[in-house]
Amino acid sequence: MSRGVTPGQWLGRIVAGAVVAFFVLFFIVPIVWLLLASTKSARDLIENPPFSLGSLGSLAANFQSLVDFQNGALLSWLGNSTLYSVGALILTLLVSIPAGYALALIEFKGRRPLLMITLVVMLIPNTALVLPIFLELSAVHLIGNALAVILPFSFFPFGVYLTYIYFSTSIPADLLAAARIDGASEFRVFRQIALPLATPVVALVGFFNFVQNWNNYFLPFLMVPGRGSPVQVGLAELLSTVPAFNPTAIGVVSIQLPALALATVISIAPVLIIFLFSQRFLVEGMTAGGTKE
Amino acid sequence: MTVTSTLATAAAADLSQGRQRVARRKSVTSSQSRMGYIFVSGYTLLLLAFGVLPTLYALVLSFTKDGAFVGIDNFVRVFKDFRFFPAVGHVALFLVFWLVSLVVFVVLLALIVHAIKVRWISSGIRFFYYIPGALAGASSVMLWLFVLDPSVSPVAFILEAFGFESFVQTISPDNLPVIFTVIAFWTGAGGWIVVMYGALNNISNDILEAARIDGAGPVQTAIQIQLPLLRKWISYMGIMSLAAGTQLFVEPRMLSQASQAVVPGDYSINQLAYLFAFKQNDFSGSAAISIILLVVALGLSAFFVVRGGLFERD
Repeated sequence: MSRGVTPGQWLGRIVAGAVVAFFVLFFIVPIVWLLLASTKSARDLIENPPFSLGSLGSLAANFQSLVDFQNGALLSWLGNSTLYSVGALILTLLVSIPAGYALALIEFKGRRPLLMITLVVMLIPNTALVLPIFLELSAVHLIGNALAVILPFSFFPFGVYLTYIYFSTSIPADLLAAARIDGASEFRVFRQIALPLATPVVALVGFFNFVQNWNNYFLPFLMVPGRGSPVQVGLAELLSTVPAFNPTAIGVVSIQLPALALATVISIAPVLIIFLFSQRFLVEGMTAGGTKE
Repeated sequence: MTVTSTLATAAAADLSQGRQRVARRKSVTSSQSRMGYIFVSGYTLLLLAFGVLPTLYALVLSFTKDGAFVGIDNFVRVFKDFRFFPAVGHVALFLVFWLVSLVVFVVLLALIVHAIKVRWISSGIRFFYYIPGALAGASSVMLWLFVLDPSVSPVAFILEAFGFESFVQTISPDNLPVIFTVIAFWTGAGGWIVVMYGALNNISNDILEAARIDGAGPVQTAIQIQLPLLRKWISYMGIMSLAAGTQLFVEPRMLSQASQAVVPGDYSINQLAYLFAFKQNDFSGSAAISIILLVVALGLSAFFVVRGGLFERD
């Protein structure tokens, strides 16, 4: 691009730059504001400029009021979220990695139909089956049980598909064939050849599964109402006790807006931290560019 | 409607393009296939329990009432419900706004960001666009409740410029399709921008260089070379978003909660299914709505798998 730049091109660049900058603000400003809001008192929030910093004291007070809310409900919501997300994560990995491996590298009857069904199911939005799953689980009296969340979360066809793709492309079938000729059992082939090479795809499947589990609202909202709620569902409950949004809640132990902002920050913190640490692969690795070679 | 799942499926779709043919062994030993069955058994069980069975169960429920076969009665009742078509209308209007904004801005932003040659600026911008994807579901709606409330909003001046003085005014039902679009765009667009950026990266530099030597400017290059090559991805994004958008639930539910039902509790189709099941104890009606939504989602995805070409095998 060493040619001279015409005024028209300059104008084009300025417009393009402005569009990009506008959207950077659009995506980032709400998050920055939310972080700041959680450090303010209710009065600061309304009276001070939106992008001013509050104080550590207010932050602590907000946190205290959240902890006090229904005797530490927030903490038990976070505990529930952790239980559901991590439990499902472990089960997902245990189930998806061998399945993806088998679909990619083992010949067995029914392999192709299973792959096709996986593809179709993968594209169905995960909320579409929530009500039917609820009806099914209520028929077997599992509603309210942690399994009613963990088991549906562990059904993760995308993870199976990702593993399938990974093993099909990264492990030459000849390598496995050689090991088999040497007399290694199928299980040993999997454990000693495939698994050590699978770290990237385990991380990938784990990442997507955890984020999706943590953020899911509709499914746990139905499956584990009340005490069993994860933090996403709890957040909505918290909302209904905020006087600013719900005048009838005045008098009940009320939550002020900055505390609600802090609760929102806390509810997203684990995922946000994972995002920050996975920055490189989110922006580069996952996409078409990553599979160019 | 989580961004990670859309991005994730896009990534999978993409990976399938770069995949090589798997060499198949001619002879299949029985110990191999036995191991194959053991390896897929856990997944198959979950697939049956949470993919196939609920679908069948919902199908049965939707054609029966209290255990007796009633034909399409449940569907007729749902269609006749005075709330059904307004809900369909709401969701449809939202989908129009959302799809148009996605296609226009995601493609535009991906093209611009892709044209930025300084690596760290380009990747930094993509990261900024992507980060709201961490906030899905209730958290992102909660954040937007603040942003839409003029008394605390950091962009109160914008709301006031539109004449919105209070939260209730901001979220008046007429504004909802736009508001849901903004929220959905905010959480989801970044993931798609990254996907499109990746797809643009796959266009060989030689082609772009040749176009430049022929005197094509950035706009011409975009229209004549990049856009046609992105078409498959744009339709993928459209179909995925369409399927996900029909499921609208948490956004209207939380707005309804926060606004003393200024936003009605039966705004979206999924909310209506929820009301049928839990307020009216009409599981058959609820199942009928689920089946309708499922047929739409399944139809779209099957169409894409079969016709889209992204998942072509071997």
